[in-house]
Amino acid sequence: MPFIPNTDAERTEMLKTIGVESVEELFSDIPAHLRIQKLDLPDGVSEMEALAALDALAERNAQTTKMDWFVGAGAYNSYIPSLVPALASRGEFLTAYTPYQPEVSQGTLQAIFEYQSMAAKLLGMPVVNASHYDGATALAEAVLMAWKAKEGRNRILLPADLHPEYAKVIATYLTSFDIELARYDGDPERASLDERTAAIVVAYPGFSGEVYPVEKAAARAHAAGALCIVQADPVMCAIFKSPGEQGADIVTAEGQSLGNPLNFGGPYLGMLGTTEALLRRLPGRIAGETKDKEGRRGFVLTLSTREQHIRREKAVSNICSNQGLSMLQTCIYLAALGKQGLRHVAKQSYDKAHYAAELIGRIPGFRVATKQFFREFLVQTPKPAADIARALAKKGIVPGLPVSRYFPDRPNELLMCVTEMNSRPQIERLAIALKEASK
Amino acid sequence: MAIDKNARYLESHEYAKPEGGNFVIGISDHAQAELGDVVFVELPAVGKTIAKGATFGTIESVKAASDLYMPVSGTVVEVNEAVKNDPALVNKDCFGAGWLIKVAPSNPAEFDSLLDASAYGKAIGEE
Amino acid sequence: MRDEPLVYELSRPGRIGCTLPRSDVPEYALPEGLVRTELDLPELDELTVVRHFTRLSQKNFSIDTEFYPLGSCTMKYNPKANEAAAAHSGWKNLHPLVEPEHAQGALELLWRLQEALQKIGGFAAASLQPAAGAHGEFSGVLMIHAALKDRGELGRKKMLIPDSAHGTNPASCTMAGFVTQTIPSGPDGNIDIAALRAALDDTVAGIMITNPNTLGLFETNIEEICRLVHEAGGYVYGDGANMNALTGVFKPGSSGIDVMHFNLHKTFSTPHGGGGPGAGMIAANETLAPYLPGPVAVKRGESYRLEMPAKSIGQVKAFYGNFGELVRAYTYLLMTGGNGLRRVAENAVLNANYLKALVEGVYPVPYKRHCMHEFVAKGTIVPGVHTLDIAKRLIDYGFHPPTIYFPLIVQEALMIEPTETESKETLDQYADAMLKIAKEAAEQPELLHDAPHNAPVARLDEVMAARCPILCYRG
Repeated sequence: MPFIPNTDAERTEMLKTIGVESVEELFSDIPAHLRIQKLDLPDGVSEMEALAALDALAERNAQTTKMDWFVGAGAYNSYIPSLVPALASRGEFLTAYTPYQPEVSQGTLQAIFEYQSMAAKLLGMPVVNASHYDGATALAEAVLMAWKAKEGRNRILLPADLHPEYAKVIATYLTSFDIELARYDGDPERASLDERTAAIVVAYPGFSGEVYPVEKAAARAHAAGALCIVQADPVMCAIFKSPGEQGADIVTAEGQSLGNPLNFGGPYLGMLGTTEALLRRLPGRIAGETKDKEGRRGFVLTLSTREQHIRREKAVSNICSNQGLSMLQTCIYLAALGKQGLRHVAKQSYDKAHYAAELIGRIPGFRVATKQFFREFLVQTPKPAADIARALAKKGIVPGLPVSRYFPDRPNELLMCVTEMNSRPQIERLAIALKEASK
Repeated sequence: MAIDKNARYLESHEYAKPEGGNFVIGISDHAQAELGDVVFVELPAVGKTIAKGATFGTIESVKAASDLYMPVSGTVVEVNEAVKNDPALVNKDCFGAGWLIKVAPSNPAEFDSLLDASAYGKAIGEE
Repeated sequence: MRDEPLVYELSRPGRIGCTLPRSDVPEYALPEGLVRTELDLPELDELTVVRHFTRLSQKNFSIDTEFYPLGSCTMKYNPKANEAAAAHSGWKNLHPLVEPEHAQGALELLWRLQEALQKIGGFAAASLQPAAGAHGEFSGVLMIHAALKDRGELGRKKMLIPDSAHGTNPASCTMAGFVTQTIPSGPDGNIDIAALRAALDDTVAGIMITNPNTLGLFETNIEEICRLVHEAGGYVYGDGANMNALTGVFKPGSSGIDVMHFNLHKTFSTPHGGGGPGAGMIAANETLAPYLPGPVAVKRGESYRLEMPAKSIGQVKAFYGNFGELVRAYTYLLMTGGNGLRRVAENAVLNANYLKALVEGVYPVPYKRHCMHEFVAKGTIVPGVHTLDIAKRLIDYGFHPPTIYFPLIVQEALMIEPTETESKETLDQYADAMLKIAKEAAEQPELLHDAPHNAPVARLDEVMAARCPILCYRG
């Protein structure tokens, strides 16, 4: 039996020590009529056979590495330096548990502290937690956080230009609460706030890639007694002003493109940070620095009284785990790329996206609809975007996400993303192919 | 275990002590010992009116968090800022420097229905 | 062991740990007014980064290096084959928004895993979207909320929860808008049926039940509990954290449970990663299946699609779940198989009872029954010595401590779960250490009070960390 070391002989000895005749006796508390002897599933196979089966399934999936890939929309084709998986896959990181016994978890705890430190600087916030499940759930919890902090206020302003899956997740999280979600179009600075508004959410950038400044919107929110939540692209924050320095009270982000593979949608990394004032309302684990009995610096999970294992039904959130390994990969990524490297990645993505937009804007029938963007932008197409995408797929090019995938009433729009992984020849091939396909 | 004889107690270990026309409210020595090292205290704003039995804040150690219940109804007239900055005061001197809030009572007679020092002592198993 | 500096302390201006190709496109100006001028990230060369994280890893206990009997966490071996399978480019480089016809391998895996877990649990349908056990709990409780709404019975606001429940249970209820009422456990360690009966009325939405419970004991009255709750108009939520005791032996769905989560990072061997990512499947019977979170994978003819269940509570995260972990769980399932899963439960339960037999003479176990895959003992062996001291001393013997101070209904609790992947000799060594520590407790208690002595750090000041939180590098 795989992974079960004890032999029949050893099991017999163990049964004798316990004082029973058979293992079946140990299950005597389970009513006999409910006990089964076998499952209707195939028998186990060898590792060799299992891997062959898994690989056969894997081969039937499209790989971004085998085509010119221009889709983002919440999951990004970013370069992962080799040292990230090499270090993160070390057994001592991979197979350790939550650091509840800090003395033997300093590796994990220091890595969490380092991640928190770098993420805090990147997002411009004084405090960042040890991660949430993904960008969407982090944003949902941020909304709940703001609502609870602003007693008596029931209204949350959400941008219309928010990733539709994020909007759906927020709606699910708010199911049981009497909270009004009001959508606003365009510049958050012009959204209408009133005394019922607990918070305004600013998407930085929006689903369309549109980037609006946060500063004035945050100031207006504060003047109206509301909080400002910013959902940010963390790579963008390397070269664009951070949400924190513009006055955000809570910042959320999807950290996947900082060192985590695409993996068909998960596991990803919910980044969540806030101000000192809201610290005790922040869900999720947090590591803090301290000293041991001998004066040595060490790290522990702290402020645990916010969490479910202590506060139970009064906990800030029910979250128990964090995205551990995904957070570690982002930590190593940020440490390896560092100040220069991340700015380099961000600027390359920005330049390549703007180069692509420039070429596409010159194609008759195509129009770049996003005015100010980082690495993603909306293109209006002369023919249905889905048809264009199908035509280009035959040439090994995936030009973007047809927006009709989420919004069937918008068939002539394509959401295009360009990262540091796209070369100039790829971008030029894309422009040529788009022109061909529009004829 | 110290039990301040001038105070009266809730079974949940909060005390009220008369001072001028107001009451000083805190938690007993037994409570702070059970809680362990206090790391954080959340207290209401001055001016808030809270009824007897309702929660007025929370007190936290590393491993536990407890709600704080009003022993008498009243309006908060003063909050112990020192305790907010140095929660250890609650452990060191819960009846003195470790007080939590002072309230102007809306119904001073409520004080008489609390456990006196002797009754509280019996309730926690001491003399 | 040396102290390891922080990445910020190892930083030197001008260094970089990874190079990118030079840009091959023109440069474009950043928008005025939005330009970031300062980015305070560290600057390290690649070798320094490698040494740093390698040395950090060496400060951890892990399954790969130590016996790790954390109760209710199921710290079984995480097969390397899982990692090999998940490393294929067809998984790592698969974008969630490819056209479904270009993700058939992934969708088929989702579907097959759903089907297998349904069979293992005895349920009609499943969703793999929840990212963790607690996320699955939240989903399940929301499903109950949705079903009650359909019945026009949102007045049922109370969820009953045993006093032995994990903290995520009541916390999940709060997030779904329920209030909780605690049901006491009886002296036999099971839910007190009389107390349950007394609590059931038309304000009850249901009960959240863990089976085996957190005492490691099977709820023998599970069928009656389900029947009583159903008769009173409520639903039964099953917390599947302890499923490792039951695979191939008992199907929770057959006892009347309406909706249940499994922790794939426990029972199905996906790695714990220092605290995540998890993967929490949620499964339901015919009644609650329409409410599952989605999208889920469905088979249409010979191909696979993603669809939302008919009355889905909606999405609980973006995309489809922690898919990378699902690849690992599926690999494990193929290798273990239906026959293997029964052996898993048998050996998990055998190992736990064996270890219990070795230590219960010294560490009192409050319940005189066979345990399932874990057991709870008390650290009250010598006055003045606490469970915390015993736990810290175990570190000096090279073992990760068990779960401590949980469940709350046992004072000075030590919750011990060996799992099936541990050998008899490891269990013997661990029992030996526990008995030695008991002796030390009586004869040299300072060894325990000052433990650990052999760890990278001594006992850490958690009070200071909470009073004056330092949550990031302050330069």
